[in-house]
Amino acid sequence: MSDSEVRQKVRDFLLKYVKDDELEDDDNIFELGYVNSLFAMQLVLFVEKDFGIAVGRDDLDFRNFNSVDAIVALIGKSGAKA
Amino acid sequence: MSESVAEVAGGHVKCVVWDLDNTVWDGILLEDSDVTLRPGVVEALRELDCRGILHSIASRNEHEAASAKLAELGILDYFLFPQINFGIKSQSIKAIAEAINIGIDTLAFIDDQPFELDEVRHAHPAVTCIDAAELPELVNMPCLKPRFITEDSALRRKLYQDNIRRVSAEESFEGPQEAFLETLEMRFTIARANEDDLQRAVELTERTHQLNTTGKTFDYDELDALRKSDRHMLFVNSLEDRYGTYGKIGLTLVEKKDDAWVICLLLMSCRVMSRGVGMIMIQHLAQQARATGVKLQAEFVETPRNRMMYVTYRFGGFEEVARDGDWSLLQLSEDRPVAFPEYVKVTVDE
Repeated sequence: MSDSEVRQKVRDFLLKYVKDDELEDDDNIFELGYVNSLFAMQLVLFVEKDFGIAVGRDDLDFRNFNSVDAIVALIGKSGAKA
Repeated sequence: MSESVAEVAGGHVKCVVWDLDNTVWDGILLEDSDVTLRPGVVEALRELDCRGILHSIASRNEHEAASAKLAELGILDYFLFPQINFGIKSQSIKAIAEAINIGIDTLAFIDDQPFELDEVRHAHPAVTCIDAAELPELVNMPCLKPRFITEDSALRRKLYQDNIRRVSAEESFEGPQEAFLETLEMRFTIARANEDDLQRAVELTERTHQLNTTGKTFDYDELDALRKSDRHMLFVNSLEDRYGTYGKIGLTLVEKKDDAWVICLLLMSCRVMSRGVGMIMIQHLAQQARATGVKLQAEFVETPRNRMMYVTYRFGGFEEVARDGDWSLLQLSEDRPVAFPEYVKVTVDE
């Protein structure tokens, strides 16, 4: 999967949950301070299932998930092939 | 903590799955529409229901005809997620465990056919299989005797029935999840545990595995002592929404050290799994700790089933400061903003 495909897939996923049609790739999706733990879990499972990677305890940091850019970087770092 | 494994295993069944032909009623419905209830069935259904044990069905029958007969006999309402079809029963059992969202090892299956009992036993060795001939003794079986029967136990079936209506509303709702959660008009209450809460609190520590940060269990006296201790805070949470109450669904134990509050246990019933309320108690403690001028820390003990709670802490701004095998100590970052979600009204009773 190319970088732009990864990015598009992440955006498509987030737009199902984030009430913002103008989501920028560096927007902090958790900036209001409240993170719905259900959404957090769905986000982690999305990254693992759709990109075939395992997110370890050290990487389960909200900063790795707080924007499109951060999630794409995490997937890139984990060497996703799927 | 002090009880033996055998005692814990004692009342472990949360749902009894019933066969119909020659188990619930005498006769075979497909052959004779005039079947009659077996003696003792209604009494057993009612008694177990009061104990907070759920009922379901795994029967090879025509769904509509069997449902109509159950309604005519006045017992249809007892059964959650009845599986009335011509598939294999081990599959039906699995579907029931998933629909209710409980471990398959908490199911009992009662049938008159040795073949069906063997098939289920073979596929799911953890399911308690009971021969229908044992019906007269059913309510006396230790596996069907919960150690405590609380107000929440007797409400359990209603809680699940309310939830079926919620889920159907959720499935037909189009739009972002938070927008759906707003339609529920949820009210989350945080209160210090009082004596009336303790039996339910013990039950929560024993029954809750997925949304449980450390898996610590306590008996009644231990919790009573912690409730009164100056060095501890014991909180109970409840949740209600427009469909009804979820009952007492959360328990949190905090140890007050000189420079930090440590969350030793935080759990939420799986009833509220998809309600987006998992972080509220943590946010409340974060606000209180900040106001008191102490750090907020949390113990975590990893199990194969509680990853969601680890994610909850980490996404809530906690960092690991110590780790030893499955155990770790997390600490809330100082700069992390705290806020309650907009879709829940939070009430603090202190």
